[in-house]
Amino acid sequence: MAGWAVPDDLTMLPQRPLWSLRYPEVPDQRSRGAGASVKLQEFAAKQLLVQAGLPVPAWSVATTAAEARTQAEGYLAAGADRVVIKAQVLVGGRGKAGGVKLAATADEAETVATAILGMDIKGITVRRVLIGAAADIVKEFYLAAVLDRTEQRVRIMGSAEGGVEIETVAETNPDAMVSVLAHPHLGLLDHQAREIAFAMGLGDRWKEAAAIAKGVFKAAIDNDADLVEINPLAIVRTVGPDGTVTESIQALDAKITLDDSALYRHPQLEQLRDLDEEDPVDVEARGLGLSFIRLEGTIGCMVNGAGLAMATMDLVKRAGGEPANFLDIGGGARSDKVAAAMRLILSDDSVRAILVNIFGGIARGDEVARGLIEARAQQTRDVPMVVRIVGTNADLAADILRESGAGIEAASSLDAAVERVVALAGVSA
Amino acid sequence: MSILVDQHTRLLVQGITGREGLFHATAMQAYGTNIVAGTTPGKGGQTVLETVPVFDTVAQAVRATGADTTVIYVPAPGAPDAILEAVDAGIGTIFCITEHIPVLDMLKVVAEVHAKGARLIGPNCPGATSPGKAKVGIIPGSIHKPGHVGLVSRSGTLTYEVVQALTDAGIGQSTCVGIGGDPIAGTSFTDVLQLFKDDPDTHAIVLMGEIGGGAEEAAAAYRAEHLPNVPMVAFIAGRTAPPGRRMGHAGAIISGSGGTAEGKIAALQAAGIRVADSPSQIPALLREAGLRAD
Repeated sequence: MAGWAVPDDLTMLPQRPLWSLRYPEVPDQRSRGAGASVKLQEFAAKQLLVQAGLPVPAWSVATTAAEARTQAEGYLAAGADRVVIKAQVLVGGRGKAGGVKLAATADEAETVATAILGMDIKGITVRRVLIGAAADIVKEFYLAAVLDRTEQRVRIMGSAEGGVEIETVAETNPDAMVSVLAHPHLGLLDHQAREIAFAMGLGDRWKEAAAIAKGVFKAAIDNDADLVEINPLAIVRTVGPDGTVTESIQALDAKITLDDSALYRHPQLEQLRDLDEEDPVDVEARGLGLSFIRLEGTIGCMVNGAGLAMATMDLVKRAGGEPANFLDIGGGARSDKVAAAMRLILSDDSVRAILVNIFGGIARGDEVARGLIEARAQQTRDVPMVVRIVGTNADLAADILRESGAGIEAASSLDAAVERVVALAGVSA
Repeated sequence: MSILVDQHTRLLVQGITGREGLFHATAMQAYGTNIVAGTTPGKGGQTVLETVPVFDTVAQAVRATGADTTVIYVPAPGAPDAILEAVDAGIGTIFCITEHIPVLDMLKVVAEVHAKGARLIGPNCPGATSPGKAKVGIIPGSIHKPGHVGLVSRSGTLTYEVVQALTDAGIGQSTCVGIGGDPIAGTSFTDVLQLFKDDPDTHAIVLMGEIGGGAEEAAAAYRAEHLPNVPMVAFIAGRTAPPGRRMGHAGAIISGSGGTAEGKIAALQAAGIRVADSPSQIPALLREAGLRAD
């Protein structure tokens, strides 16, 4: 652990590589289900930074090239040398994909915006661009607040090396990283914020930098965010109308993910969620209170409980099958919810067979069985279904399924159910 | 013996007049758990389940009945306060079943629970059962059989699956504990392993883990140091979960190379723990590891 910038904090640092800290709470954007995080677009994240009192250069959002041109004219007229135009997508690597460009004239801005809007970045179509005056960057830094589940604290991390992949910095140059854990009740203390500021090499601007560290923590707390990341945070040079040059620290990019479970107390944040970028099936599933993730395989899975759902998928794969989805119908699922879940599975044309694995606890087997029969009745495609229901009211469920004549196969054990569904998917493929 | 709950447990049910609370209180009582009181603010003075008095506050319930353990079925917005109310009333063991509690609330609550020396299991957990003695939470009572295998799990229904498999194979359990799948939890695998270590009636241990976080690795390290001779079997759910995908539980995430199933399995095996490919293999692996018939 030698070489850390803030030796006093060594006791607080976990014995593992720092890069593993950064993303533990941040899921892939396309994978949200109930109980997950909500990732915000840059422009929405910047809004929350401003609300937390952080310095962010002026920006605007355009959905057409004409809008982009008008906005660019505004920045250029106000004295900007160039404007920056950034694709608003929730996947990483937009710069490498050509989604971030500079423009020196309104014409150029329009051309660039035309190219970026509608561009496909990792399967996401760009619908919006963020536009602002291009910053005259003196030096770049990294600053973030992230939930550290091992330490059960919010961790504030800073680095004098910003604008690059922070995992790389943490791996190749750990000396360049500084990290403190905020107090659960007292928050980020003044001296901790100062430590961050000095260790980031911002000693000559430590008051400004410490205030920004506190602002990042405040943005996380105020919004129930499990990640607030500014990369780069930068010393930016601006020239006033009278020619005076001033330098200040500014947040040039922002990434925020919110805790889904806390959205009920932030109704205004729900509107910042970008539904355009979500799989419509995911959106529908969330509305139904289901946790659903579409995958590439041919075997639809309906399970109650996330752990059992994952284990069921593991067993399907082990038996040579490929799961078409992850679906946790949750505890106490009623028949209408089960039927809706079945419709979600069947909306995927690649599904060749369906495995239902329910361990009744809160969920009652008979309710699930009724839902399955209801779904079967509405089903337009003939997809074989193997059902294994155990636990609460399992006997009743077996009776209901048998008497329905719906042709649903019952399995006695999980292993047998998995084997059978893999065989069925193979046969009907 | 057993851990956390037994025939001497004097259980309080917070939120006992709610739909979930009453349903599970009924099942717990039917299992033989000694429910001494319930609370719901504004419903003090009522009686439920024929004999269980309802109080307005936890402090009143503790004073009147000597409750020493509580289980919380209060909806998420009120659950953090329900935990703290139990802590302030001096209750030592707190089970929180409630799911979807904001993570930042739990940071504060867990810090306070630990500062006061109380024990919180959960949130978002199924509770614990000491077969034949008491069940606290939502685990179906019928799947258990008294015996000497301790089980600890991050999952809910996957726990039931394994308990059923053990019982079907004639292997009884000392205590089965679900610690919950949330990113911030009051009790870790290691905490429970420590309790099992000190329980003379627990002869072998089953650990049910999931992808994400580092709790399984920590448990493996604990086993290597403190429980080297105890037969132990583990299962990790999410082996085939695609990287970067969050599978329902806030805790179950793969990202980069941290928290993967492979890493966990390697750590567990290195500590001398047998890792099952399927829950159905667990009984056989336990016997292979040295568990003797009851």
